[in-house]
Amino acid sequence: MRRVVVTGLGMVTPLGCGVDVTWSRILEGRSGAGRPDTFEVSDLACQVACEIPRGDGSDGTFNPDDWMEPKEQRKVDDFIVYSVAAADQALADAGWKPETYEDQISTGVLIGSGIGGLLGIEQNALLLKEKGPRRLSPFFIPGRLINLCSGHVSIKHGLKGPNHAVVTACSTGAHAVGDAARLIALGDADVMVAGGAESPIGRLALAGFAACRALSTGFNDDPQRASRPYDKDRDGFVMGEGAGCVVLEEYEHAKARGAKIYAEVIGYGMSGDAYHITAPAEDGDGAYRCMQAALKRAGIGPSDIDYVNAHGTSTPLGDEIELGAVSRLMGDAAGKLTMSSTKSSVGHLLGAAGAVEAIFSVLAIRDNVAPPTINLDNPSIETDIDLVAHKPKQMQIDTVLSNSFGFGGTNASLVFRRVAD
Amino acid sequence: MSDIAERVKKIVIEHLGVDAEKVTDNASFIDDLGADSLDNVELVMAFEEEFGVEIPDDAAETIQTVGDAVSFLEKNSA
Repeated sequence: MRRVVVTGLGMVTPLGCGVDVTWSRILEGRSGAGRPDTFEVSDLACQVACEIPRGDGSDGTFNPDDWMEPKEQRKVDDFIVYSVAAADQALADAGWKPETYEDQISTGVLIGSGIGGLLGIEQNALLLKEKGPRRLSPFFIPGRLINLCSGHVSIKHGLKGPNHAVVTACSTGAHAVGDAARLIALGDADVMVAGGAESPIGRLALAGFAACRALSTGFNDDPQRASRPYDKDRDGFVMGEGAGCVVLEEYEHAKARGAKIYAEVIGYGMSGDAYHITAPAEDGDGAYRCMQAALKRAGIGPSDIDYVNAHGTSTPLGDEIELGAVSRLMGDAAGKLTMSSTKSSVGHLLGAAGAVEAIFSVLAIRDNVAPPTINLDNPSIETDIDLVAHKPKQMQIDTVLSNSFGFGGTNASLVFRRVAD
Repeated sequence: MSDIAERVKKIVIEHLGVDAEKVTDNASFIDDLGADSLDNVELVMAFEEEFGVEIPDDAAETIQTVGDAVSFLEKNSA
C-alpha cells in the first residue's frame, strides 16, 4: 500500500480558532470550559460546556463571517461552518490548491460528525408544531445532514475526488482520518481533507447526554475543574464543540511538490465491543484489540509508542477501562509510556474529538512535547504510566497512538510517526 | 415606492445578502441576485410570512423578479 502523510492542519476549538492558538493554550494548561449563557441551564443536571470563544477574529476568537457568508451561515447548523473553517485552514497550511482537473479529481473530502445538526432539528421540529409544514425552509434538511460538511468543503474548493462522511459517535473523527488515509493508500485519491465537526451544545444535547449519565454534574459552580480525566473526583465528561481537519497526502505526491510533512499515518485499527450501547466493555477488550490492530498495521510493537493521546473523557468507568487496556497492551513497557487526555482542556468534542486529537498527536511529534492532563490532582488508581498531570512534558516523541471510543462500542486507534528528513 | 415594494426589497436584501441598489424591479432573483432554486422557495415563504398570504406553487413559479413579487402581493395581500 502507498504511504500517507499529514501535510496540513486546521481547527476550531473551545480554546480558540486555529491550530497555533489552541495548541499554545493547551500547553499553558488552560481550560475551555464555562457556564453557557446563551440558553437556560438552571434546570439542567449539567450546567458546564466547552464553547468556542466567538468574537471579531482577534485574540484567537472565532468569527464565522471570516469563513462563510452570513446568508450561507443562516442555512446551516454551526458544525458545517466549523468544518469549513477547519478545512480552509488545513488546505492553506498544506499549500494545496487544486486548480487543474487532474488535481481536483484526485483530491477528496471525508469529514464526519457524531450527531449533525441537532439544534436545527430541534428548532424546526418546534416550528412544525407551532406553525405547520409550510413554514419549513428548503434549507432545513441540507443544513443538518452530516455529509454536508464534506459537501460544502468540496464545493468551496473544487475537490472532486471521493466525497464521504463517517458517523461513529465519539470515534467519528478518528475513523474519518483513518478511512481517508486508507483511500489514499489504496489509490482512490492522492490527497484527502479529513476530520470531524460537532455543534451539539444546547438544552437538548445537555439533557439527553445527562439522561445517559454521561456528563459531569458536580462542578456546575466550578466549570474549569469539571473535565478531570483519571482524577478520583471525576464524574462525567464536559461537552465541547468545534472541528478539526487534516490534509492527508500520498508520500511521493507530498515530496514531489515540496510540501511540509508533519508525520506519517502508519497505523489504523478498528474494533467493536459487542457489549453495550453506551458503556464500554468492562474488560477493555474492545479498546485493547483496537490498539493492537493499529500496531499490527503499523508493523511496530507496543514499546515503540512514545506517547498515547487517550480517549480519556473523564467518565468514572471509561478512563480506568482504557488505562487498563493500555497497561495490558504495553506490558513491561508501561513504565516508560506517557499518556494524557487533552479533553481535560478542550472538553469532549464528540464527533470532532478524534480529529482534533489526531492533530494534537501530530503536534506532540512536531514539538517533542506531551500535552498535559489538567485537573489531575489525585489519580483514582495507581499506574506506571505517566499521565502528565497539570504541566506539559518535554520529551522525544517520534511515535504516537491516538484512541477514540464511541457509543455503540465502536473503537478507532491511529498511529502517527515522525518522517525522517 | 409603495410600502409593499419596500417590504419586499428588504426581505430580498436580507435573504440573498445583496446590496440594496441591485434590488431593482427588473432584477431576477436567479439571474441577477445570485439565488438558486431553493433560495427562491425560501423567498416565497418569507413573503407569505411577511404579508400573511398563501402563495400556491403555480403562482410561486411565476415570481421570478422583484417586480413580479411586488405586483403579485399588491394584488393578493389584504
